[in-house]
Amino acid sequence: MTTLTDLTIAEARKGLDAKEFTAAELTEAHLAAMETHADLNAYITPTPERAREMAAASDARIAKGEAGAMEGIPIAMKDLFCTDGTRTTAGSNILGTFVPPYESTVSTNLWNAGAVLLGKANLDEFAMGSSNETSAFGNVVNPWTRTDQPERKLVPGGSSGGSASAVAARIAMGATGTDTGGSIRQPASFCGITGLKPTYGRCSRWGIVAFASSLDQAGPMARTVEDVALMLGAMAGHDPKDSTSAPIAVPDFAAAIEQGVAGLKVGIPKEYRPEEGFSPEIDAIWTRGMEMLRDAGAETVDISLPHTKYALAAYYIVAPAEASSNLARYDGVRYGLRVVEDGDSLNDMYCKTRGAGFGAEVKRRILIGTYALSAGYYDAYYLKAQKVRALIARDFKTAFDSGVDVILTPTTPSAAFGLDEEITDPVTMYLNDVFTVPTSLAGLPGLSVPVALTEAGLPQGLQLIGRPFDEDTVLRAGRALEKAAAFTAKPRLLEG
Amino acid sequence: MDATPAPTYVLSGETGDWEVVIGLEVHAQVISHAKLFSGASTTFGADPNSQVSLVDAAMPGMLPVINRACVEQAVRTGLGLRAHINHTSVFARKNYFYADLPQGYQISQYELPIVGEGTLILDMPDGSSRTVGIERLHLEQDAGKSMHDQHPSKSFIDLNRSGVALMEIVSKPDMRSPEEAGAYLRKLRSILRYLGTCDGNMEEGSMRADVNVSVRKVGETGLRTRCEVKNVNSVRFVMQAIEAEATRHIEVWESGGEVIQETRLFDPAKGETRSMRSKEEAHDYRYFPDPDLLPLEFDDAFVDGIRATLPELPDDKKARFISDVGLTPYDASVLVVDRREADFFEAVAKDRDGKTAANWVISTLFGTLNKMGVGIDESPVSAENLGKLIDLIADDTISGRIAKDVYEIMVETGEAPDTIVEERGLKQVKDTGAIEAAIDEVMAANPDKVEQVRGGKEKLLGWFTGQVMKATQGKANPGMVNDLLKKKILG
Repeated sequence: MTTLTDLTIAEARKGLDAKEFTAAELTEAHLAAMETHADLNAYITPTPERAREMAAASDARIAKGEAGAMEGIPIAMKDLFCTDGTRTTAGSNILGTFVPPYESTVSTNLWNAGAVLLGKANLDEFAMGSSNETSAFGNVVNPWTRTDQPERKLVPGGSSGGSASAVAARIAMGATGTDTGGSIRQPASFCGITGLKPTYGRCSRWGIVAFASSLDQAGPMARTVEDVALMLGAMAGHDPKDSTSAPIAVPDFAAAIEQGVAGLKVGIPKEYRPEEGFSPEIDAIWTRGMEMLRDAGAETVDISLPHTKYALAAYYIVAPAEASSNLARYDGVRYGLRVVEDGDSLNDMYCKTRGAGFGAEVKRRILIGTYALSAGYYDAYYLKAQKVRALIARDFKTAFDSGVDVILTPTTPSAAFGLDEEITDPVTMYLNDVFTVPTSLAGLPGLSVPVALTEAGLPQGLQLIGRPFDEDTVLRAGRALEKAAAFTAKPRLLEG
Repeated sequence: MDATPAPTYVLSGETGDWEVVIGLEVHAQVISHAKLFSGASTTFGADPNSQVSLVDAAMPGMLPVINRACVEQAVRTGLGLRAHINHTSVFARKNYFYADLPQGYQISQYELPIVGEGTLILDMPDGSSRTVGIERLHLEQDAGKSMHDQHPSKSFIDLNRSGVALMEIVSKPDMRSPEEAGAYLRKLRSILRYLGTCDGNMEEGSMRADVNVSVRKVGETGLRTRCEVKNVNSVRFVMQAIEAEATRHIEVWESGGEVIQETRLFDPAKGETRSMRSKEEAHDYRYFPDPDLLPLEFDDAFVDGIRATLPELPDDKKARFISDVGLTPYDASVLVVDRREADFFEAVAKDRDGKTAANWVISTLFGTLNKMGVGIDESPVSAENLGKLIDLIADDTISGRIAKDVYEIMVETGEAPDTIVEERGLKQVKDTGAIEAAIDEVMAANPDKVEQVRGGKEKLLGWFTGQVMKATQGKANPGMVNDLLKKKILG
């Protein structure tokens, strides 16, 4: 029998219902693995006591035949989701000791479905980053290593780096992530797992520390498409407490994934082959992905998304603009860090608190956003970026209106890079999101599925993009890709 | 203004005559049970920080959800101001840091307010009317309250008010005198109270005014630089602030200086304004559409549903009082200021002479209420009883003079006038015999005066009337007394 931590969520659910093992045993196996792999720094706050209590409650419900869809499944919760009574930091010093007296809607939904909290997963500070290096609680290590440089530590991607690393390292069966410009999909690709950014409005944002409100979307990260579908079903749903949450029924995502792709039209956008920074290796993996879908009965068609090249620039106006406003509440007045000395003015307190509380990347984005919204610059930056955003959304709509059912692209332009690369040029870092940002700006669902290993033995994902609220088709195509790719490689860490 | 008549309010400076240009921004607290974007209560006077939701305190991850009742109140107010209702409007964030602003921004409306242009008719004390344009009305959140006097070195924050719905009602720069500004505020308050959308209590801060003032030489058509006097909290202070600010501007211009656009505060104790912050220190509010909220949209049916529940508003009521009841414009405008007073008047005037009823209500009853310092709801005289009193005069049961006495007794005892008249025997004497007897007595006691009248000094007849009335304790019918006196003395 495989070890408990190797099971998928779907397998574990069957095992639990068949009483092959208990939720308590499943949770203990993960808590033990978390200790073994503590060096990954995937968790900011492990919650073993809460996990044991929740697992015991799950066992009681299973015994009574009242198991929910995620009953007894131990998961990691990105530390951006507020958890009642459990510290929620957003990866920032400014919320370093913050304990919310409330529970986010998405986490509440997961607990109601029976999921078990293993701990709060590390992330880039306020979800701003693509390497998890901006966390105030230290960087996360990717469990994967290059075959040519096995000792070299790699980044897990970001911002949901702790979630991705934990799922890949089998110290969580699944994890929540949030995705603003690629924060679920890029780390999923870097860590060889599956991650879905649902359609904007599919999951409630209530109780998630806000980065950029018009882009932020919670989503599942797990090791299979089926697990992602199961988890999404538990997370999603209309929430009257979030005005931007869509009043749309939640379908049975998992039920549809095996329908295959025969007859589906898969769009291949020519603009996703940038001249700079795009590894030929990844181009080849993309081509293989197309072949896999064709072999499964889909038709691939070349499409054009002409405004793609402006997406990153527009994103780095819109997201920081919203962030500059969203992060104004961290002022030292009501909660979180306060730095003040006798005789200080209110402005002194603001400067000292925010100066000490925020890291460099967060400060950079607050400054960019403040500048972009300033009188005299608003039209040239924010308004222009919103126009570009509308054009990007129109590009996708045109493609889907022409009969394309789903779009296939690489998730990232390159595989995981080294922690030692110390990328200090922000634009180089931002380029990680070049393939994921357009989908975010258009509010569409995007799924990253691990498809192959690069020559250096690192996982690489492909991205499937769908129509608004058509996660079904995205997951179906993802499942077809997953089957064809038969990606079974594990991080070397777990093979030792 | 409809036209540009010769200015009625002119300030004379050393270099000539100046007129004042005034625009008002009124913040009116919406009457609603819950706040604009949260379910917390809005009751005034609760313990500090006892009415604060997670949203109001801007806890991480909290999101605003629009309160439908506040939207209805804004539309209702827009309809009352005969304004254009925008079926799509947008909430925007106004960003600035302050300790009592938990989010670090105020959710307001900027480019697309819920209500567009409308009009307000001023009822001036001389009975004339002026029209002032309404520029817009938008919904926004109130901030909390900072208290700097509770601790020697610390400031305290009360967030009870944080998130309470306000309507900002912006006039066009159409007013030209402190009196017009005062009339504007009183009329706006009257309409808001009729509509039940704001209680209009300036002393409790539920209605506050920012006053924009500039001056220009009489005859100039362009506008000179304006200053904004913030947060003035009574009609009287608004009028004083305008005068002080206009005078300051004239002094600056006439001494060769330039008025600088800035925000100022009015100090009622000193009767002057002082600078709060200059244009250079002005906030850059970085307005942008709030991404947490979808555009606010509603259809005709929503607006029509609210329109159907509107009460008769003061202007319509005033017109009706003039055309149907026959009141003067002045009397009509006095009676319609307060809806309850207008209702009271209508109850008194029902099936009676309107002008008589108006006289009693305005001259007599309002005087009594003023003296007692109470509102119409606590009037010691009910509308029913005041009406009965008028009936007693009309059917000659009592004279006008006795009526005054009866009224005073009504004020004191709250009793019905017919009871008072009956119990105290105040009925008018219409018995010719009794009156003749009284006349005879007076004539017998004053033969010299009788002779004088007969000799042509008919003015003295009035004196006789008085004597007879006195002899009958005012109960004699004065008309009958006059007739009989003439007959008896002059034959």
